[in-house]
Amino acid sequence: MDSTIVLFLVQDAVINGAIYALIAIALVLVFAVTRVILVPQGEFVAFAGLTVAALEAGRVPPTLWLLVALGVLAAISSIAWHWREMEPRRFIGVVASTIVVPLLLILVTKFLAPLKLGLAANTILTLLLIVPMGPLLYRIAFEPLAEASVLVLLIASFGVHLSLVGLGLAFFGPEGVRTAALSDASYTAGALIITGQSVVVIAVTLVLLAALALFFGFTPTGKALRACASNRLGARLVGIPTSVAGQVAFAMAALIGAVSGILITPITAIYYDSGFLIGLKGFVAAIVGGLASYTITALAALGVGLVESFSSFWWSTYKEVFVFTIILPVLVWRSLRSSHLEDDE
Amino acid sequence: MNETLLSVADMHVAYGRVEAVHGVSLAVPKASIVTVIGANGAGKTTLLNAIMGVMKGKGSIEFDRKPIADLSLEARVANGLCLVPERRELFASMPVEDNLLLGGFRRSRAERSQALEETYARFPRLRERRRQLAGTLSGGERQMLAMGRALMARPRLLMLDEPSLGLAPRIVRDVFHIITKLKEAGVSILLVEQNARAALQIASYAYVLELGTVTAAGTSAEITNNPRLVESYLGLGGASY
Repeated sequence: MDSTIVLFLVQDAVINGAIYALIAIALVLVFAVTRVILVPQGEFVAFAGLTVAALEAGRVPPTLWLLVALGVLAAISSIAWHWREMEPRRFIGVVASTIVVPLLLILVTKFLAPLKLGLAANTILTLLLIVPMGPLLYRIAFEPLAEASVLVLLIASFGVHLSLVGLGLAFFGPEGVRTAALSDASYTAGALIITGQSVVVIAVTLVLLAALALFFGFTPTGKALRACASNRLGARLVGIPTSVAGQVAFAMAALIGAVSGILITPITAIYYDSGFLIGLKGFVAAIVGGLASYTITALAALGVGLVESFSSFWWSTYKEVFVFTIILPVLVWRSLRSSHLEDDE
Repeated sequence: MNETLLSVADMHVAYGRVEAVHGVSLAVPKASIVTVIGANGAGKTTLLNAIMGVMKGKGSIEFDRKPIADLSLEARVANGLCLVPERRELFASMPVEDNLLLGGFRRSRAERSQALEETYARFPRLRERRRQLAGTLSGGERQMLAMGRALMARPRLLMLDEPSLGLAPRIVRDVFHIITKLKEAGVSILLVEQNARAALQIASYAYVLELGTVTAAGTSAEITNNPRLVESYLGLGGASY
């Protein structure tokens, strides 16, 4: 192994690590605000990849129908759970957000998709189709369970993941997709060739992380989300609507997932079920960060990328084994360090 | 007596099958301090949680003559109820000032900054500590922050759950002094206390809660002169300030 190979492996690690960092941070965010370990985070990634690929080919993405299906389910769930306090205004709000918005998106997408408008338009359209799935899933599966234990929420989360993978197969089919590189540029630094794609991935990741830091540090909504994460009862007592906070957290997770999907599809082929493994690697990083620290989580994601890229060079058969083994010493260290059983809340 | 602000009738609250509050009725007039005293485990916190909507209770709750028993916790906050819980429930990982600003979450930006100034004027200590994380404050400062955060919402009814718990006598005196000032400023207060002597000194009316039932009620003077209650709650060794 010479230094060129090392540099290539490091470049690979940084690109993958950046994407794992985004996913891991979405997992930490959702867990902190809602106590849900978002197993279906990877599905946002895979579905975004499949959507952007369909748009690139000038086809109407099947994501539309999935979105409508989720919208109808969310409408039924919201109306059933809040029947007693369903004032006309609230009813209109529910119908507008779960039925009218997806229908409008169908019209827009059906009109725009065949025009092949290029990367920027495809990206925006993909985000518009994937981001609403986050709050819809929250309304269907998690809002009714808001007071349940972490374990019950985790089981529900697995249920949502399995359902989405099934729906993904039904809507998108079994074929894999790969999109064109986000940038054709390439730069040389000594022996190393840096692709435009990797520059875009890293730049977008850094911009998104900085935007998140600003959001949580300075905006009232960001602070309200942090308050929910810091003390759920305290947040309710000052009048922060925790179900809205949950929907915002899920929307942000879907946004981060969709951006990751758009970034990763030019690098690896994406299938309807590719999300789980990508999500799981983000989860390793989130666990290293204790499902709490954003900084440690981002650094751990980089570590996951490094382990993955070097182990795939030396023992490619076992690369996943190495990545998931990282979790063991971390769990041992964490359980040794904590003197009491973690409370559910 | 002033016009009634809060009136609770026949309130039952249960943890699963075990009922902790059995048919409690009470009223809080406008701009007054009403206290609920009782031993540990009498159901005081449970009662407050049910009034606030943290727990589900059976019974009627009227606030400013409007029934609120079916409203969510958030809707009750919007109506002007506010609870400072026994465990304070602060945002420990956030600075004091953010805790206060979040207290005014439902207010407009202008109202929030005005309320912040008023809160700092009322609790100068919080201004000194405004950049410090809430989790690093002392017990007395935490109680002040919890009260300050509650006042940021400009509540019409402030419910205080054991504000003296775990505080040094001197700090308890400060806290009770502030409670009296709040009443003078027009805020109605429902004060739940184990420290009966201190509570009776500032309250105009008191309810005695024993094993989930109101066993005595009357003006503070009446309660203070009731020989049985004096022995149970105000006797030798009873806490005072």
